[in-house]
Amino acid sequence: MAYRYFATPKRTFIIADTPGHIQYTRNMVTGASTADLAIILVDARKGLQEQSRRHAFLTCLLQVPHLVLAVNKMDLVDYSQERFEQIKSEFADFASKLDVCDLAFVPLSALHGDNVVSRSEDMPWYSGPSLLHHLENVHIASDRNLIDARFPVQYVIRPHRSDDPELHDYRGYAGQLAGGVLKPGDEVTHLPSGLNSRISRIMTADGEVAEAYSPMSVTLLLEDEIDISRGDMICRPNNAPKASQDIEAMVCWMTDARKLTPRSKLIVKHTTRTAKVMVKDLRYRLDVNTLHRDEDADHLALNEIGRVRLRSTQPLFVDEYAKNRQTGGFILIDEATNATVGAGMVVKAD
Amino acid sequence: MGQSSQQAPGRYQLSQLDVLEAEAIFIMREVAAEFERPVLLFSGGKDSIVMLRLAEKAFWPGAVPFPVMHVDTGHNFDEVIEFRDRRVAEAGVRLVVASVQEQIDAGKVTEPTGRWASRNRLQTAALLEAIEEHGFDAAFGGARRDEEKARAKERVFSFRDEFGQWDPKNQRPELWSVFNTRIDRGEHIRVFPISNWTELDVWSYIERERLELPSIYFAHERRVFERDGILLADSPIIQRDETETVFAETVRYRTVGDLTCTGAVKSTAVELDDIIAEIAATRLTERGQTRADDRASEAAWRTASARATSRACAANTCPAARRAASTEHAPATGPSSHHFDPGPGKHEQRHPAVRHGGLRRRRQEHPDRPTAV
Repeated sequence: MAYRYFATPKRTFIIADTPGHIQYTRNMVTGASTADLAIILVDARKGLQEQSRRHAFLTCLLQVPHLVLAVNKMDLVDYSQERFEQIKSEFADFASKLDVCDLAFVPLSALHGDNVVSRSEDMPWYSGPSLLHHLENVHIASDRNLIDARFPVQYVIRPHRSDDPELHDYRGYAGQLAGGVLKPGDEVTHLPSGLNSRISRIMTADGEVAEAYSPMSVTLLLEDEIDISRGDMICRPNNAPKASQDIEAMVCWMTDARKLTPRSKLIVKHTTRTAKVMVKDLRYRLDVNTLHRDEDADHLALNEIGRVRLRSTQPLFVDEYAKNRQTGGFILIDEATNATVGAGMVVKAD
Repeated sequence: MGQSSQQAPGRYQLSQLDVLEAEAIFIMREVAAEFERPVLLFSGGKDSIVMLRLAEKAFWPGAVPFPVMHVDTGHNFDEVIEFRDRRVAEAGVRLVVASVQEQIDAGKVTEPTGRWASRNRLQTAALLEAIEEHGFDAAFGGARRDEEKARAKERVFSFRDEFGQWDPKNQRPELWSVFNTRIDRGEHIRVFPISNWTELDVWSYIERERLELPSIYFAHERRVFERDGILLADSPIIQRDETETVFAETVRYRTVGDLTCTGAVKSTAVELDDIIAEIAATRLTERGQTRADDRASEAAWRTASARATSRACAANTCPAARRAASTEHAPATGPSSHHFDPGPGKHEQRHPAVRHGGLRRRRQEHPDRPTAV
């Protein structure tokens, strides 16, 4: 997977360029995990392929908020509106089975530049925006969760400065907001203790801020002394993530060195918290092309995706992945090799 | 996608620089929390200056909880060393110098000799030895993915084995912002917190934060000579032949490094604004050629190559690369090449480095830059 950068006067873009074949499923999952928008390219002559459906499914599994189906090579089908509409309706049928948030269709000829940057003169029947115009204007500001305050504690800042009375007792909880908005004066709950306190100040090196929201990196100061360390979570009293040791998740397996099987022992890293987990059960393996669920499957191999039940040695503070990608996503690590062997998306926690 | 710096962000929206800063701070805190002995590579160059500022911000009001290390070729610009020492003192961090000269004196490496001599390749050995000697398990570098094509696939956390080697097949997938920091004894990780920044972002951040830079980044009059289209500083440590005449020119440097192979560009940019305008102007021109995508991207990669070439010593260059290097006189563009990029396959064929069989590595052998894919 390669990252590429470009900018227009309106926006800057990072392209995560991932190959499309099934043996690169893990690359696609990785690229999609941070994407705001995915573009799936379809050849107008060939129509929807198995891999178009697979890509659409992965986009939805990873909750990429925006999807564009770009129907390319329209020049080779005489810029036929009928052909475009046919592909569009076929895809819309398929997408109705998926949890697609926002879907757009653009007919293109990349070779001739039709509808890439400016509107095509050869397709007067198409009244939508060019691809670039869509990319520049798609509304992504609402994609972040600004409702559910989530602050995974990353690092405790204690300057230990005896020469400065203000810094002598300074104890700041540094981290990046994974959701919601926090303000000085807000009542907050600390997990795992369940103790409540109030935010006294929100600090950055550039001064105090009146409110902090995702994805700001800030330092929280609390009114009460609570024993808080890395891996803990600060949230609002009436809106906390689930503190759970039993988690069900969709897992994409990313190694060919071993398989995921029931009773596999692994390390989980979820936000800033690391724990050991055991695979309790493989509920089913999903065929990423047909969406068929194989409930008799007894393992996941490289690039396979399945629904898994995990039991962790200590509670994780999780949300459903559909609600928050940061607090709903985790990686699995092989304890012996230290390799990242899996990626998980929380479906539910008990 | 970030908000543009040109648009005022709305409520609950951060500017692009703020998003990048928050990400870099997150990465630095993650390393400080999970590694025992991190170190920040600090050359006195613009990227490492940004990194040191980010480190100060990440742990403020606490001190930066790791030392900085300069891999010193001994072929330095005086202005840069003066700046390095002053900035390190101001930040209150410990400076570790990994000296290539000491390695040469101790007979651990052999210094290349002759007209094309450069110590670039010796930097890696000095770096690895210092990492081992000090037991560093994570080293922050200021490399960016937009710098050159070979870096586009690099991870933020780049795993090195006990020989300090980077194996492209053995890199870890990076999902969301969950980074796997686990290593065994003797191994280390290079961490690139500003991976997602472009050259323009770096300059914009320097301006916004009012960061001081070594004076050689700004236009000044210097005695230089031309070698293969590259303007090199007149210095006792560079052997000139009789055809290479020295003349005075108004130049600035876009990177700092080994004086023997870091090329200057003609420029009248004396203020940060001028430099940013130069970069932004080039970017606009490139973007204007949206229809000639192929040509534009080749030109952009040539510029990128040229930039690498101007720093990679001539010993590693070939006529094709030297031709590419002549485009260096254009105003500075990041090889960030802000344009649509048709994809890796096509480029690799067109890329002069790949097309030209006899060419070895033209890029600078820089210790905090991983080997090309």
